[in-house]
Amino acid sequence: MSAVEPSGLALFWAAVIAGAILVYVILDGFDLGVGILFGTTRDAALRDEMMGTISPFWDGNETWLVIVAASLFGAFPTVYAVFLPAFYIPALLLLLSLIFRGVAFEFRYGAGGRALWDWGFFLGSTIVAFVQGAAVGAMIRGIPLVNGQYAGGPFEWLRPLPVLTGIGLVLGYALLGAGWLTMKSQGVLRDWAWHRISRLAGSVLVVLGIAIIAAFIARARMTGNLFMDRPWGLVFPGLGLLAMAGVFIGVRERRDGMPFAMTVVFFIAAFLSLAVMFWPYMIPYSVTVASAAAPDKSLSFMFWGAGAFVLPVIAIYTAVVYWVFRGKLRKGYG
Amino acid sequence: MELDPVLLSRIQFAFVISFHIIFPSFTIGLAAWLATIEGMRLATGKPIYRRVFDFWLKVFALSFGMGVVTGIVMAFQFGTNWSVLAERSGPIQGPLLGYEGFTAFMLEATFFGVMLLGRDRVPPWFYFFSCCMVSLGTMFSSFWILCNNSWMQVPLGHAVVDSKIVPEDWWAITTGPIVRVRWPHMLFAAFLTTGMSVIATGAWYVRRRIYYEEGRVMLHWGLGLVAVIIPVQLLFGHLTGGYVVKYQPSKIAAIEGRWHNEKPASEVLIAWPDVENRRNLFAITLPPPWGSMIDSGSTTAEEVGLDSIPPENWPPMRIPFFTFRIMVGMGVIILAVSWFGVWLRWRGRLETTQWYLWIAFLSFPTGFVAVLAGWFTAEVGRQPWVVYGLLRTQDAVTPSLTGGDVLFSLIAYIVVYAVIYSSGFYYIYRLLRDGPAVEVRAALPGPARATALRGAE
Repeated sequence: MSAVEPSGLALFWAAVIAGAILVYVILDGFDLGVGILFGTTRDAALRDEMMGTISPFWDGNETWLVIVAASLFGAFPTVYAVFLPAFYIPALLLLLSLIFRGVAFEFRYGAGGRALWDWGFFLGSTIVAFVQGAAVGAMIRGIPLVNGQYAGGPFEWLRPLPVLTGIGLVLGYALLGAGWLTMKSQGVLRDWAWHRISRLAGSVLVVLGIAIIAAFIARARMTGNLFMDRPWGLVFPGLGLLAMAGVFIGVRERRDGMPFAMTVVFFIAAFLSLAVMFWPYMIPYSVTVASAAAPDKSLSFMFWGAGAFVLPVIAIYTAVVYWVFRGKLRKGYG
Repeated sequence: MELDPVLLSRIQFAFVISFHIIFPSFTIGLAAWLATIEGMRLATGKPIYRRVFDFWLKVFALSFGMGVVTGIVMAFQFGTNWSVLAERSGPIQGPLLGYEGFTAFMLEATFFGVMLLGRDRVPPWFYFFSCCMVSLGTMFSSFWILCNNSWMQVPLGHAVVDSKIVPEDWWAITTGPIVRVRWPHMLFAAFLTTGMSVIATGAWYVRRRIYYEEGRVMLHWGLGLVAVIIPVQLLFGHLTGGYVVKYQPSKIAAIEGRWHNEKPASEVLIAWPDVENRRNLFAITLPPPWGSMIDSGSTTAEEVGLDSIPPENWPPMRIPFFTFRIMVGMGVIILAVSWFGVWLRWRGRLETTQWYLWIAFLSFPTGFVAVLAGWFTAEVGRQPWVVYGLLRTQDAVTPSLTGGDVLFSLIAYIVVYAVIYSSGFYYIYRLLRDGPAVEVRAALPGPARATALRGAE
């Protein structure tokens, strides 16, 4: 814990990780959301069509999670070594759910036991969303360390605040997924999605409202006070509220792309709010960007291959895929 | 009973990595095999190569997917269960494993898509180029893993600063003498694993006279490639043993079943090691100087026995002793099957020698068994160290873990893998049973791997 100011390379990798988390949340968020909505209907045709809207994208979306993990281990091994033990059971649930959900795309057509894989797809998507949300809540509460290693129990992530943020993210991803469906589908599926957006958006606001109160209660007992050091940061929650208003306007005027776009803005605003709350900590409220960074020799080794070459390729590839498969789903994307 | 989080974490790691390595070793070989066959198609224009290619492409797509999802689990194991290792050697292992993740996923994101879906959308030369790039990418991916593991076997190019292990010389870490022999050893192992699977599939079809033409292509090509690669692999295996002799005396003594220093040394072929009394029972042994010649290439060299190493630095001796012999045994079987098959072909009797086709079919797991046994020799033989000489396995485990946590996660992995693997193996078995399509299909519909596979059904 020697350096006080993070080096330029450390800032670069912190920015890469923050950016990759945001891209991941938005991209995998909508396909996880579609997976959650998938479980709320029994209509086989609707289910197939839902799968169809995300099948070209989902595995590319999950790539961003691997980029987060790989960059974290490479650039901030201390954070990697604290974060994963602190979330031992959630990380296990996340991995097993991602496996189940990922193979469901293929196995439901050729490996027999379709009902099992359909359940796996829905439950997997829901559990992934829940544990990610719970991790955010647990980070707001703060993660206890002793001698640079996690020192809490295995169920800190099941306290009231993490459970609230977990439910909030399930609803938030479902909202994102519903917005994706109105944007990418037509006919019955689009109408089905339209009927769910307002209710989902309302539930997100209610759950997040309760979670914010819980967060203030949880934080009041500790040092520091959410936004008290940086009042200008309140701009971002404000932006989030405006974006939610935009979602409702989109529903009223039946503009196919608007709920999705506005939900994306909402997620960006929420992410920036959290960033303002946490900065300069990577593990709230004990490990900073500067103290967690690997030596510059490690960071520059990664920079010249992964940072300067691989990341731009993946970013361009992602953009090209979304461009190629733009517009409404017709008969498959074929 | 007290549950030991270290032991359970070790069992969990062994479990998830054993199930993972099956797929990468298969897909590294398959990618090279597909590039070879596509190159032949481009050179000769024969449609038979296209049918063989399309058939193995489906198997490749599914195996690649299974390798990726089980690989993501591996990426998290270091943090969840071995956080002290992750924190202390993270400045070295993090970038290496990070590069592996970046390489594998860049590959999946780009040329892999072309390979699955681009057949009718790109020119033939570019399609072939994409196959080569995918093959290159899988090899690159394994390079980073072998860099990382070789560094754990024999740490080089590092310094210890404030209890953290930091990189000093990346050149030594990525191109050191150990990774230079171990990476080819792993690559050839992957080629042989796939080669034996291709031979077995071909033998299956030829023996039953179904998909006869495709089966013959698989049999002939598989036998030719394996027969050439296996002697090279035996050489690299010997070179890999050379670094163990030089840097890891405890491992080589365990592998050789050598209890006392010997000069010159004998060579234990097979025995039942009696660890308690430090001796071998029922041993079949070659007299001196065989052991010295094999280990050090000299008729007079002294070889170290476990006696001169403190017992707290011994590996669990019987595991590397037997897994090493299983690996070598598989190598001998592969050599016999492939060379005899080539001889039969030369005599023009390959397709009609039923008993040989049976043996070729039954030898399909030899490569997989050799890979697993080899890794068990390397990893268990390194114990009690996780980073040899620097960090003990028991000191590397996550301090906050309880035995109950790990027992829970271990059971969860076993249950989920049982479901996933039985379905995945059944799916691959169905692909193999259904055989190559009679006619080349039109472009696979849809862009994703999932959709592609569905279209190929």
